[in-house]
Amino acid sequence: MAYKIIVCAKQVPDTNEIKTNPETGTLIRDGVPSILNNDDANALEEALKLKDAYPGTKITVITMGPPQATEMLEECLAMGADDAILLSDRALGGSDTWATSNAVAAGIRKVVAEEGDFDIIFAGRQAIDGDTAQVGPQIAEKLGVPQVSYVKEFSIDGKEITVKRALEDGYELIKLQTPCLLTAIKELNTPRYMFINGIYKAMKYPIKVWNAADIGVDLNTVGLKASPTNVFKSFTPKPKEPGKKIEGDTDNDLAKNLLIALKKKHII
Amino acid sequence: MNFNLTKEQEAVRKMVRKFAENEVEPIAAEHDKTHEFPWEVAKKMGQYGIMGIPYPEEYEGAGGDHISYAIAVEELSRVDGSTGVICSAHTSLCTWPIFGWGTEEQKKKYVPDLASGRKLGAFGLTEPNAGSDAGGQQTVAIEKDDHYVLNGAKVFITNGGVADTFVIVAMTDKSKGTHGGITAFIVEKGFEGFSIGKTEDKLGIHASSTTELIMQDCIVPKENMLGKVGEGFKVAMTTLDGGRIGIASQALGIAQGAFDKTVDYMKARKQFGKTLSKFQALQFEMADMKARIEASRLLIYRAANFKDLHQDYSEASAIAKLVAAETAMYVTTKAVQFHGGYGYTADYPVERMMRDAKITEIYEGTSEVQKIVIANKIFGKK
Repeated sequence: MAYKIIVCAKQVPDTNEIKTNPETGTLIRDGVPSILNNDDANALEEALKLKDAYPGTKITVITMGPPQATEMLEECLAMGADDAILLSDRALGGSDTWATSNAVAAGIRKVVAEEGDFDIIFAGRQAIDGDTAQVGPQIAEKLGVPQVSYVKEFSIDGKEITVKRALEDGYELIKLQTPCLLTAIKELNTPRYMFINGIYKAMKYPIKVWNAADIGVDLNTVGLKASPTNVFKSFTPKPKEPGKKIEGDTDNDLAKNLLIALKKKHII
Repeated sequence: MNFNLTKEQEAVRKMVRKFAENEVEPIAAEHDKTHEFPWEVAKKMGQYGIMGIPYPEEYEGAGGDHISYAIAVEELSRVDGSTGVICSAHTSLCTWPIFGWGTEEQKKKYVPDLASGRKLGAFGLTEPNAGSDAGGQQTVAIEKDDHYVLNGAKVFITNGGVADTFVIVAMTDKSKGTHGGITAFIVEKGFEGFSIGKTEDKLGIHASSTTELIMQDCIVPKENMLGKVGEGFKVAMTTLDGGRIGIASQALGIAQGAFDKTVDYMKARKQFGKTLSKFQALQFEMADMKARIEASRLLIYRAANFKDLHQDYSEASAIAKLVAAETAMYVTTKAVQFHGGYGYTADYPVERMMRDAKITEIYEGTSEVQKIVIANKIFGKK
């Protein structure tokens, strides 16, 4: 059996020290190297594993972003994806999660219209720049397919999928049918690297660039103005003060000093 | 003239750097201690196309160029010189002569397995009494029926103990001497009379397998002759010209790696109330090192570019290797110095890098031999 898979990916700034514009509260991306979002690499890897196991499986990566997001799509192609689509239009700029999922869902509908139904959509759990974890689930809702988020184990038999959904203190074992949407976490797999020969092929591949009109999305549902979420304020939280270290030469001393410290604070 | 790398070359650097940092760097110190060949890494390099970058896809290569190949060797060597030379010796010294000099049958039979990394390759030229002086060959090949019988020994063979396919040079007609008397052969590990001799205990590149090769009445079918009878010297010299691009890249990578580690260390290490990076005497030394590294890099890309354009790259690769190897030794020695006592211990990678750097001034022709190649271009051959 061969599957049709869509992978939702995002190009994100490669840094944990993201600077924000103090006036608008939005991210300053200039001068920051961009990468394929970490969880999205896991999403792509799971799709690629499926392709390894079921030859003939087709993987289409879809993203929304500025023209330079093609670099990330080239990386996905060099890793082994078959097709890549960039949704890029000024009208889509500034979209929040609701508006983004409207656009991406519209893009996926166009893929379906051209190439038939998909079996699975893999998305990353969340992007390291926004950390919302909302776009994947919203796409599932808008396309009307079942979804499981936080997938850490995946197996498939025909149309039946079994996944483990990570919880804070364990996991849920869930069975579901294709078509569906799954969001990946890093525990799911270890993403492969680009293949060297894949790099040469990817750079020659005609990546599809679709604008808002191409995907037929209602312009009242995308972009900054249509976004119900507004960034009120962005700030860097103050680091926690270091904790107090209890010292003592022996276990007894340590326990005694801990007790004294707790009593002083009237905790016990 | 354009000094910018192409998108493909940039992507190759990005990929190999990530691969090297994730897969190679974490095990480099351990393999340096145990002298074990990194089989797992070599296998993965093959799977990702790192072992066959400059060969066409129809031969299962990656379809890339020699600048990309140089970048790959540099990035591997930036974390581990041993891994860099595994790729370099395989790609430049075994796959290249078969690809460049082989018949279509030989290319079809051997190149796909090598370029895909399914099999490893090595090159046997050096003997106890013949290194760059290839005319001193004592290994002989005698024609008999449908095959040649090889007798002799090769020494210091990189990938010797791990390779499946060897390009071996032997004397077929002593009376004709260097030009016309030497012939190259493709020898498989399993050929009758072929065996691996002593494994060398070396100063550096411990994870790279360096061995003796022994041929005792070794039977090599005639169809495995590489090039024509008597062309072995040309095969060997053109192979070394390309190999020098690989070794220069290895030297560059080692230098860059030691430099980067030193920058990090200088930013963190405090003496006399300030970090080492604040001392101008040390800053100037670092500036000098960076200038030498960048000069090496440009010389290497220039030589690789000549090779891609099928122009004469013999002198360019000799210059690149001479400068890069001396830079590697210079930079790693300074890197150890700037790390102080810590730099002399195996707890910091610059100690290994300094030991690894030395070989780049020796193999694929010593620095002195590079000067002979360059001087011959200036004054003509004697």
